[in-house]
Amino acid sequence: MPRIRTGLGTALAVALSAASSPLMADDGIDARINEAVQPYAETVAGLIFSSFPLAGVQVPFVLVWLLFAATFFTFYFKFINLRALKHGFQLVRGDYSDPLAAGEVTHFQALATALSGTVGLGNIAGVAVAVSLGGPGATFWMILAGLLGMSSKFVECTLGVKYRNEYTDGTVSGGPMYYLSKGLAERSDKLKPLGKVLAVLFAIFCVGGSFGGGNMFQANQSFMQLVSVTGGEASWLADKGWLFGIVVATLVGLVVIGGIQGIARVTSKIVPLMAVIYVSAGVVIIVMNLSEVPAAFSAIITGAFSAPGIAGGVVGVLIQGFKRAAFSNEAGIGSAAIAHSAVRTNRPITEGFVALYEPFVDTVVVCTITALVIIITGTWNPSVDPSQGVALTSAAFESNISWFPWVLTVAVVLFAFSTMISWSYYGLKAWTYLFGESLATDVVYKVLFLFFIVVGSSMSLGSVIDFSDAMIFAMAFPNILGIYFLLPVVRKELDEYWADYKAGRLKKFGKAANRS
Amino acid sequence: MSKVLLVGIDCSSCSQRALDYAAGRAEESKLQLIVAHVIDWSPFSFNTAQENAERHKRREDELDRAHKEIVGPVVSQLRERDIFARGVVRHGHPAETLSAIGVEFGVTNIIIGKTGSSRVKTQLFGSVANTLVQVSKLPVTVVP
Repeated sequence: MPRIRTGLGTALAVALSAASSPLMADDGIDARINEAVQPYAETVAGLIFSSFPLAGVQVPFVLVWLLFAATFFTFYFKFINLRALKHGFQLVRGDYSDPLAAGEVTHFQALATALSGTVGLGNIAGVAVAVSLGGPGATFWMILAGLLGMSSKFVECTLGVKYRNEYTDGTVSGGPMYYLSKGLAERSDKLKPLGKVLAVLFAIFCVGGSFGGGNMFQANQSFMQLVSVTGGEASWLADKGWLFGIVVATLVGLVVIGGIQGIARVTSKIVPLMAVIYVSAGVVIIVMNLSEVPAAFSAIITGAFSAPGIAGGVVGVLIQGFKRAAFSNEAGIGSAAIAHSAVRTNRPITEGFVALYEPFVDTVVVCTITALVIIITGTWNPSVDPSQGVALTSAAFESNISWFPWVLTVAVVLFAFSTMISWSYYGLKAWTYLFGESLATDVVYKVLFLFFIVVGSSMSLGSVIDFSDAMIFAMAFPNILGIYFLLPVVRKELDEYWADYKAGRLKKFGKAANRS
Repeated sequence: MSKVLLVGIDCSSCSQRALDYAAGRAEESKLQLIVAHVIDWSPFSFNTAQENAERHKRREDELDRAHKEIVGPVVSQLRERDIFARGVVRHGHPAETLSAIGVEFGVTNIIIGKTGSSRVKTQLFGSVANTLVQVSKLPVTVVP
C-alpha cells in the first residue's frame, strides 16, 4: 500500500513540521497555532458575516439570504415541506422501490448517508451555544428555521439528482457544482457563464467548508469534550490538542488515503446507534422531568418574542436560533445535494421528498431534544461561558445521568469522525471539480484535509466557530442564487410527478402494493 | 404447464446437497430447474458517501461475479445432464428474495439446504431455511 505511506507520511510530516517550527517552540504548541491562524480566521469570518443594523442589532446578511430563500421556496412550492412528508416516508420505506433494482442505492441509504454528515456536533455543541447566547427562545426560531429549511433541502436535492454526472464506469458525481453549471446552461445561453462562475465559487467555498465546519470544528469540539471528561484543565491532554489531532488525522487518513473502507463502514454503522442512544437519553431526561416540560415550552415561546437580558433582544435571539439551525442542518448550503445525488431513481423529485426528512430529523427532532434537556435541567445560563459548547450539553445530561458524559464523549468523537469522512468526500468532489480528477490532486486535497484536523484541534473555540461558520455559510451565496434560476425546472418536475402520484399512476411494490 | 423447481445455492456443502437433490428430481421427472443465488443486501443499511457513489458499479460487479463463479458453472453442468436449467442472481434478503423468485417464475417447490455457510450467523439470526419456511407461500423442501 504505497499510497497510504506516502499520503500519511506527508500529512504527518506537514503537521509535525508546523508543530515543531521555531515559531511554536515556546509556551505551548496549541497557543502558537492558534495565534498564527486566528487573524486569518477572523478576517474570513468578517467578510462572510458582513452585517447591517436592524432594531439596534447587527444582522448578518447571509442569515437573511438563507431565511428568505427557505421561506420563498416554502411558498413557491405551496408548503411542500409539510404536504409531501407522508409521501417522503413512503419513499424511504421502499413502497415505490422496484425489487429488480435491489442492490442499488435506496432512498433510505441516501438519506442516512446525508444525515450522518449533518447529525453531529451541530446538534450537541451548536444548540448549547444558541441557548446560551439567545436564551430558551432561540429554540423556537431554530425549529422554525428547521421547518422552512426542509423546502431548501427539497429543491437542492432534487436538482442534485437531476443534473448529476453518471460516468461510463457506473460511478456518479453530483451536487451544486453540477446543477449550477449544467442547469443554468440548459436554461439559457446567457446564463451559461453565470452558472460556471457560481459553480466554481461554490466549489471553492465547499473546499473551505470541508476544512472548517466539516473538519476543524469537529476536531476541536471532540477534543474539548475529551479534555473535559479526563479532568478539564488539569487533564494531561489539556494542552495537547495537536497530539489528538495527529491521532485523528491518522485514522481519517487510513480511510480517505489508505482506502481502508472497513473503518468508515464500522463508523457508518455505529454512528446511527450512537444517535439513537443520544436521543433516547434525551427523551429519558425529559420524561424524568416531565413536570418541568410545560415551563420549558413556555420559556421557549415567551423567550422567542421577548428577550430581556439577551444581547440584541428578540432579533438577537432569532439570529442565534437561525444561525445554529442553519449550521446544523445545512439547508440551503448545498452540501447534502452531493450526498443525495448517489440515489438510484429515474424521478429526481423523489429524492427531494426524501430530503425533507433531513432538517426534520436533524433540527426539529434532535436539536429540540438537546435544547429541552439544557432548558429543563437549568444548565443554560446567560452567564455561562458560551464557548463551552459540548461541555454545556454534557453538563446538562450529567445532571440527570451521571455517567453520560463518557457516552457523550464516545458519541461526540464518532459523530465528529463520521462528519469528517462525509465532508472529506464533499470537499474532494468540489476540489476535483476545480482541479480535475488525478491521483496528485486527490492526494494534495487529502493531505491538506488531514493537516487542518491538527490545526482545528489546537485552536481556541471562538476562532474555529467563526471560521467554520464563515466557510459553510459562504456556500449558500452561489448555491441559492443559482437555485432561483432553476426553480421552474423543479416546479415542472413536481407538477408532473404530483399529478401521477395523486392519480395513483405510480407503481407500488411488495407489501405496499398489497396495501393499496 | 410443466413444473418448475427452484433451488437456492451459496458456496456451502449443504447447498451442494440441496442442488444434488434438486438436480436428481429434475432429471428424473423432466422438470425445469431454476438455480438461484441471493447476494445478502438490505435497503436499510448504512453506507458512506463514497460507497454510495460507487454502488451501481459494485452491484454490476457483484452480479457478474456471482453469475460467473457460482451460478454459471452449476447451470452448465446441469445442462450437460440434459436438465433444462436457468440461473438467477438477485440482491436482497435471502429467504424473502428466494420466495419472491419462486412466485415470479411460478415454481412448484423451493429446495434449500438446512444451513448456510456461516454457523455463527445461523446461531444468531436463524437459518435462511427456517425463515424461508416461515415466509414462503410455496412448498419448501429443506435438504439436511
